[in-house]
Amino acid sequence: MTDLDQVVARKEYKHGFTTDIDTETLEKGLSEDTVRKISAIKNEPEWLLKFRLKAFRMWKKMSPPVWANVKFPPVDFQDMSYYSAPRKKPTRKSLDEVDPEILETFERLGIPIEEQKRLSNVAVDAVFDSVSVATTHKKKLMEAGVIFLSFSEAVKEFPELIEKYLGTVVPPGDNFYAALNSAVFSDGSFVYIPPDTVSPMELSTYFRINTEESGQFERTLIVAAERSYVSYIEGCTAPQFDSNQLHAAIVELVALDDAEIKYSTVQNWYPGDPETGKGGIFNFVVKRGKCQGKNSKISWTQVETGSAITWKYPGCILKGDNSSGEFYSVALTTGHQQADTGTKMIHIGKNTKSVIITKGISADSASNTYRGRVFISPSATGARNYTQCDSMLVGDSCSAHTFPYIEGATEFAQLEHEASTSKISDDQLFYFRQRGIDAEEAVSAIVSGFCKDVFVQLPMEFSVEAQKLLAMKLEDSVG
Amino acid sequence: MLEIKDLTGGFEGKDILKGISLSVKPGEVHSIMGPNGSGKSTLSKIVAGHPGYEVTGGSISYNGADLLAMEPEIRARKGIFLAYQYPIEIPGVNNAEFLRMAYNAKLKSLGQEEADPLDFDELLREKMKFLDIDEKFRERSVNEGFSGGEKKKNEILQMAILNPAVSILDEIDSGLDIDALKVVAEGVNRLRNGNSSLILITHYPRLLNYIKPDHVHVLSGGRIVSSGDFSLALELESAGYERYTAVAGE
Repeated sequence: MTDLDQVVARKEYKHGFTTDIDTETLEKGLSEDTVRKISAIKNEPEWLLKFRLKAFRMWKKMSPPVWANVKFPPVDFQDMSYYSAPRKKPTRKSLDEVDPEILETFERLGIPIEEQKRLSNVAVDAVFDSVSVATTHKKKLMEAGVIFLSFSEAVKEFPELIEKYLGTVVPPGDNFYAALNSAVFSDGSFVYIPPDTVSPMELSTYFRINTEESGQFERTLIVAAERSYVSYIEGCTAPQFDSNQLHAAIVELVALDDAEIKYSTVQNWYPGDPETGKGGIFNFVVKRGKCQGKNSKISWTQVETGSAITWKYPGCILKGDNSSGEFYSVALTTGHQQADTGTKMIHIGKNTKSVIITKGISADSASNTYRGRVFISPSATGARNYTQCDSMLVGDSCSAHTFPYIEGATEFAQLEHEASTSKISDDQLFYFRQRGIDAEEAVSAIVSGFCKDVFVQLPMEFSVEAQKLLAMKLEDSVG
Repeated sequence: MLEIKDLTGGFEGKDILKGISLSVKPGEVHSIMGPNGSGKSTLSKIVAGHPGYEVTGGSISYNGADLLAMEPEIRARKGIFLAYQYPIEIPGVNNAEFLRMAYNAKLKSLGQEEADPLDFDELLREKMKFLDIDEKFRERSVNEGFSGGEKKKNEILQMAILNPAVSILDEIDSGLDIDALKVVAEGVNRLRNGNSSLILITHYPRLLNYIKPDHVHVLSGGRIVSSGDFSLALELESAGYERYTAVAGE
């Protein structure tokens, strides 16, 4: 037995509990009627119903993508519910009207949404199954002119903004899951930062899947107007079920001239049983940002530790001249998890810049794939890209793969690519142990060191959380 | 404090040590010398508890307890320190942070409160000054990109922080030029006190000119074939190991 094999008993997925509340859940199955029902429940305007129906018709003609380096049985899209909401309708004049069970759920998850607990300078939108249940700090944000609302509310209060930007970055026909989401999306968050405004606080959405047989299809739209700045954080958990739940979200970001959006994700969906691989979330997410204006900047940082399968490629369309896109990623797969994740950087404007730094860590029987595409269009003279993909293997039965694609590079573009694969050696672990540090702590220190370049990109307190989460995940997996 | 009795063991099913007995008392300096392949490094790895090595016979008692029954990190926290012949590089892990983890692991095992980064930084600066070690060591990754001499100095710095009861210095002189050797030996000497013991493992007697041993043992073919005082080292310096390899019959 090697050092690595020895350590630790498994710990349970600590967010794996279910909240027992009365929900309003649509019958299983997906048809045009389902789409109409969702739209009707939400009392949506005609144009939005049309948007959904158009997407649904496209989706019917599409088939799920098969090119990703992940294996799973086909998803039966008729065998799940597309809408689930707590029965007690939160009117959200005040948090008192939110089901106390739900507040307690978020409290157990460490998400402070109750009034008295809003000490931290972070505004939170909490999404429970299909609906947003609470958005905090609304008043303070409104004073600054920042709009931060659940998607449903935004449709009612700012329909012209939604209509103007919805689907402009990820069109409904973009791919199978984008079409699905566009047809059935239930809720999510909307953010608008007006010109010359720096958001007075970090904005955050926390997603929670609670119902066993429902999918979660949320939609996030963030628009940063000229010379504005916002930092946005997304967190996710789900209870532990033996069946798989589908999470197919869309995030669209739009940055106008000189605006900057920083989007950070700490994803910890239930990964399935570590021994058998049973259950867990299928995390099929489309995230894309458009640097529409000159000198605009969009930065994605993700720490992906959960989900049975992760399939996501947060990317940037660099349309404005001198705009820049960044992608920093840590993807940790343990047990039987599979991740195929990376980014797309589409250079269109002149002197556009992109930076890609990814750290994939694979342990147990897990598989971890980086897939990235850097596209330089002929108009993108002076474009530059730097890509660095590092993989780390913990143990002998896991795997790491890297698929970097570079297309259309002109002679006026500058591209750099670096890649490495490393393994934690028994000698490294023994070196720590000889200094009195146990193997668990050693692995976590080595992995944290490996991911340092990405962690520094996260807002301070989330960086600490992410490192703790990673350490906890590895404790589970070093055995 | 450290009693090794009839120890046999090695790795990959091969006994390298063929019955070693050694008694180390507080404050003593022992030197274990011998030709390449005589089992010097194997002995140090077994005392430290490297999982790649196995013990097939004999015992090691440490302050009356069975050392071989302890996990390596427990041995370390109880005061066994191994300075590596080839210190391991740990990319991305900050040296100061690594030292603090080790220091706190020890404090914790003693039931004491862990040191916060600021308190520890003070201690670290003090030790670095004491050993005349470059400030930059704090910010660098553990041993990554260090020169041979820097790596050895970093081992001595760890020793200074952990203040071990028994330090095994495995060929601390290898790969060092004479100036670097002097600096490292000087550091070791500064750390000596009446209670801590040293086991110097070395091929070349020259180290012993800088750190004077109380006892010298010659290891050959997995056995201690001769023991004596400092004069034995002087004799080796002039006559070499030939005589002992003949005795061991290998």
